[in-house]
Amino acid sequence: MAKLKGAIVIDKELCKGCGVCVTACPTEVIALSSEVNGKGYNYAEAVNMDACTGCTNCAVVCPDGVITVYRMKV
Amino acid sequence: MTDNINIQDIVKTENLVHKKSSVMTENTMHYCPGCGHGTTHQIVAEVIEEMGIQQDTIGITPVGCSVLMYNYLDIDMQEAAHGRAPALATAIKRLLPEKFVFTYQGDGDLAAIGTAETIHSCNRGENILIIFINNGIYGMTGGQMAPTTIEGMKSSTTPYGRDVKLMGNPLKMTDIVATLPGTYYVTRQSVHKPGNVRKTKKAIRKAFEYQKLNKGTCFIEIVSNCPSGWKMTPVESNEWMEQNMFPFYPLGDFKVPEE
Ligand SMILES: Cc1ncc(C[n+]2csc(CCOP(=O)(O)OP(=O)(O)O)c2C)c(N)n1
Ligand code: SF4
Ligand code: SF4
Ligand code: SF4
Repeated sequence: MAKLKGAIVIDKELCKGCGVCVTACPTEVIALSSEVNGKGYNYAEAVNMDACTGCTNCAVVCPDGVITVYRMKV
Repeated sequence: MTDNINIQDIVKTENLVHKKSSVMTENTMHYCPGCGHGTTHQIVAEVIEEMGIQQDTIGITPVGCSVLMYNYLDIDMQEAAHGRAPALATAIKRLLPEKFVFTYQGDGDLAAIGTAETIHSCNRGENILIIFINNGIYGMTGGQMAPTTIEGMKSSTTPYGRDVKLMGNPLKMTDIVATLPGTYYVTRQSVHKPGNVRKTKKAIRKAFEYQKLNKGTCFIEIVSNCPSGWKMTPVESNEWMEQNMFPFYPLGDFKVPEE
């Protein structure tokens, strides 16, 4: 059966660590890192990319537009 | 079998489904983390890109946190004096009627100092789009009470919460402009969740389509957050907004054209 597989790319230096993408992701792909970026924010990172369906929810709510989403049928 | 797919196989141009709009500049926005101003900018830019009207759109920026919006959207923009954006938009649209003209205004800008300009341009039915970001507070100047601050809401000038006996009642601008004959499409939306962002984007698209048909004023309120002014994390502010702002400012359409 065809399944959707997604992947996201987060521009970690431009992320402000607001966390709204974390709550928007239905499959808990994203978490805030314990590390900080150059601006001192705990940036968002994909910790469970296998669960990503490419639904774009995270990118749609990101105020800073730093998430790019890819999706393919497998 | 699907387990063998790795990220490099997916991250390819042909699989791209979402990226920042090309109508956004490369400048980093100065907004606080999680602020709805940023989210709204993204969808305004996306609509302009999708309609192919980047060269034909003129935005008017307010006084408030979004005063520097012209640094972030790669379109023609004009800065207005505090609250006067609809007056400036009126002039620009009348002089250049083929352009798409919108204002982008906070609640201090639109519902306090700019109340007269807002009401009269809506009443005249100017063929413009007004985007109204209602975060219940004066964000830029340090979180003072605005006309839109809801009852009991804390702000830097109402540290114990807004007391309506002393400070008067919060003002529902969207309800008011919906009653005016000049408005064509009036709606209240939000941008705090993916579904809401998508709905608001559709509303912006509709408003620009109506403007093309010279239908009159379109007015889109976006109930939004101000994590810094509200002294909450972005995620907490969105939850607080759902629990406290939405009951007073319910989302939905106020005036929709009869198709
Ligand atoms: C004529 C004038 N009066 C007052 C001010 C101070 N001032 C700057 S921004 C602002 C309020 C902005 O609040 P709002 O419109 O809600 O926008 P936000 O910052 O929350 O996005 C005020 C009163 C000003 N710049 N000009
Ligand atoms: S695209 Fe959807 S599934 Fe993938 S990380 Fe973003 S919200 Fe989660
Ligand atoms: S929504 Fe955007 S800015 Fe906020 S944490 Fe996620 S990637 Fe970073
Ligand atoms: S002060 Fe409030 S409205 Fe202004 S950028 Fe910060 S969070 Fe947004």
